[in-house]
Amino acid sequence: MDLTEGTIQEKHRRSRKMMLYFGIGALIMSFAGWTSAFIVSSSRPDWLSDFVMPQPFWTSIIIMIISSVTFIIARKALEKNNKSLTTVMLVVTFVLGLLFVLNQIKGFNQIIDMGYNFTGPTSNVTVSYIYLIAVVHIIHVLAGLIPILVVIVNHLRGKYTSENYTGFELAEIFWHFVDLLWLYLFFFLYFFLS
Amino acid sequence: MSAHVEAHAHDDHGHHHKETFITKYIFSQDHKMIAKQYLITGLIMGIIGVVMSLMMRMQIAWPGEPNAFLQTFLGKWAPDGVMSADIYLALVTIHGTIMVFFVLTAGLSGTFSNLLIPLQIGARDMASGFLNMVSYWLFFVSCVIMVASFFVEAGPAAAGWTIYPPLSALPMAQGGSGLGMTLWLTSMAIFIASSALGSLNYVVTVLNLRTKGMSMTRLPLTIWTFFVTAIIGIVSFPVLLSAALLLIMDRSFGTSFFLSDIFIQGEVLHYQGGSPVLFEHLFWFLGHPEVYIVLLPALGITSEIIATNSRKPIFGYRAMIASVLAIAFLSTIVWGHHMFVSGMNPFLGSVFTFTTLLIAIPSAVKAFNYITTLWKGNLQLNPAMLFSIGLVSTFITGGLTGIILGDSALDINVHDTYFVVAHFHLVMGISALYGFFAGVYHWFPKMFGRMMNKNLGYVHFWITAVCAYGVFFPMHFIGMAGLPRRYYTNSAFPLFDDLSNVNVVITVFALVGGAFQIVFFYNFFSSIFYGKKAEQNPWKSNTLEWTTPVEHIHGNWPGAIPTVHRWAYDYSKPGHDDDFVPQDVPLKEGEEELQH
Repeated sequence: MDLTEGTIQEKHRRSRKMMLYFGIGALIMSFAGWTSAFIVSSSRPDWLSDFVMPQPFWTSIIIMIISSVTFIIARKALEKNNKSLTTVMLVVTFVLGLLFVLNQIKGFNQIIDMGYNFTGPTSNVTVSYIYLIAVVHIIHVLAGLIPILVVIVNHLRGKYTSENYTGFELAEIFWHFVDLLWLYLFFFLYFFLS
Repeated sequence: MSAHVEAHAHDDHGHHHKETFITKYIFSQDHKMIAKQYLITGLIMGIIGVVMSLMMRMQIAWPGEPNAFLQTFLGKWAPDGVMSADIYLALVTIHGTIMVFFVLTAGLSGTFSNLLIPLQIGARDMASGFLNMVSYWLFFVSCVIMVASFFVEAGPAAAGWTIYPPLSALPMAQGGSGLGMTLWLTSMAIFIASSALGSLNYVVTVLNLRTKGMSMTRLPLTIWTFFVTAIIGIVSFPVLLSAALLLIMDRSFGTSFFLSDIFIQGEVLHYQGGSPVLFEHLFWFLGHPEVYIVLLPALGITSEIIATNSRKPIFGYRAMIASVLAIAFLSTIVWGHHMFVSGMNPFLGSVFTFTTLLIAIPSAVKAFNYITTLWKGNLQLNPAMLFSIGLVSTFITGGLTGIILGDSALDINVHDTYFVVAHFHLVMGISALYGFFAGVYHWFPKMFGRMMNKNLGYVHFWITAVCAYGVFFPMHFIGMAGLPRRYYTNSAFPLFDDLSNVNVVITVFALVGGAFQIVFFYNFFSSIFYGKKAEQNPWKSNTLEWTTPVEHIHGNWPGAIPTVHRWAYDYSKPGHDDDFVPQDVPLKEGEEELQH
């Protein structure tokens, strides 16, 4: 594809999307940093090798996948000009996102019940990593929920048409990234600890 | 409204904005103004960084002798004019941080990427002017915070620019480990955000906003290096952020990612099991690519200036691109060579030795191509050209010692001595600084519409060149004699007594070289106001920025953006009247584009 072609609007639209992709690349590198540190630390003598992931972290996967699907349905509906379905699906996605955050907190509570805190004498470095990685992921989820809110408002104001919905698409791409990120983090932790 | 008309309307949009002082000079979204902001901020940080190094040199040359200069600048840190050990370590730390990040990363990339990317690829502005503005102001805030750390009670961070734990992780470890370190981390976190926004903008702009005909293989080499530099930044800076977050957890929340069992003043701390080596791995995963983030833009600037002022096409254009890409790739898999004495597995050390020595290949390709471009050229020895040739010289001198330091068997003997200091100052410090100066002399007419004084430029170059070698050549020898770096004083070790005279010589060169930078600053600031008015294309260069009007306008070109018909290096092409053919000149009938 010749990127020198196109009108100035097309170029700017392309740029915004590409900027998001490169930004996601940068975020991936920071998570690569944490998960590599996790691997390196696993040779420590005080490493927990029998840690069992709390059950809510499993449910979180399902919530996240459903929320990605509802976002896709919302976009398909927008493309077919079915605006009310788009609104419903966007709101559902947003609620699922909140549910995910609550569910993660439930997971943290279970870890605390197992007797591990994030820090202090009752902590362990394995669990510190799990807390840290999960919390940083939650921050990314919150960063993904804000654009969804903006998209809902813009949609209700009729800003998006079936041909022109760049902002919508950007929010969607980031949301799928946050979704896949949790899948990666969860299975990374799960297989590494089992 | 059709897409075309709409596009045109938008295209013309920028030209007639009413601009106030604030939108034009302070919160500007115009890439040319942001470039100047970066340049001037970078230069001011440069003065601060250089003055710090001069103070350190005075301490090393004349330890314990009262010095009015130190007393004036350091106040309570130099009681009776004798520098205290605490502030010496802080100066080492902040000098390194400021020069590496604030001057040679943000100052260099920030200035020239912002100025040249839109102008040389044929774009009205960056992909996002707003993010570009945010990027500059975050940089500015991080500068202020870093400098402010000198004014806290216990002093600034003093753990070295590499902030290894435990000095950086235990607030009670030393004076600078408390608030000073917190400010360092805050400043760097903001800096990373600024650098990420800048880099994203550069990459996306280069890919998407090129004008018609400007294929990737017609891009000037400056743009190629800015582009690759930005990609390295996107890949490596986030890992520093990962390390910094873990460090902050250890510092402030009591986790043990990097800290193991530690006693402080007889008291056992609760940390257990962590390892600072993990931090070193994460840090150097950024730290080494950072060297190339500093150096590559300078190499790109040099490529452009050497070709223009040799009046010859750059030799091996594609080989230059390939070597930049190869250096970028290799830079991410060599970080272990900073850690040969950290207790790393020797086998791993030999792997890192291998990958490190591979970098010699693309670097040699670049040096070879510069020299071949100069060969039998019609050399125009203006100050920009001199600094570019100076870069080639220091790049080779410093690069050769890199081969010694990259080999673990040799490195272990000179690790943490002045040999290392000499190596990296020549190969990345002085080289990148020469690239910076070359760029300023070359693009000053484009930035300010006036010319810098040539004779002052010559004085600046020759004194800087002699002094730079005067400082760093002898350092190799005292390094091989075993003198350790970062030491506050060597007078306690009789075996180094014979080296003290060499240290005085080095300091004298440093002071003279430092003082003569005033010539540059005088030339720079007076030329902004009183310099000779610049012509349209003062260096008879081919690239697109010289087709824009001398007086800056928002949107760069008053009419349509020129279309590109050839690569950037058609110098002295047979069949043309002039010895340069700008990129927007269509091919003549029967003329073929040079196979490059």
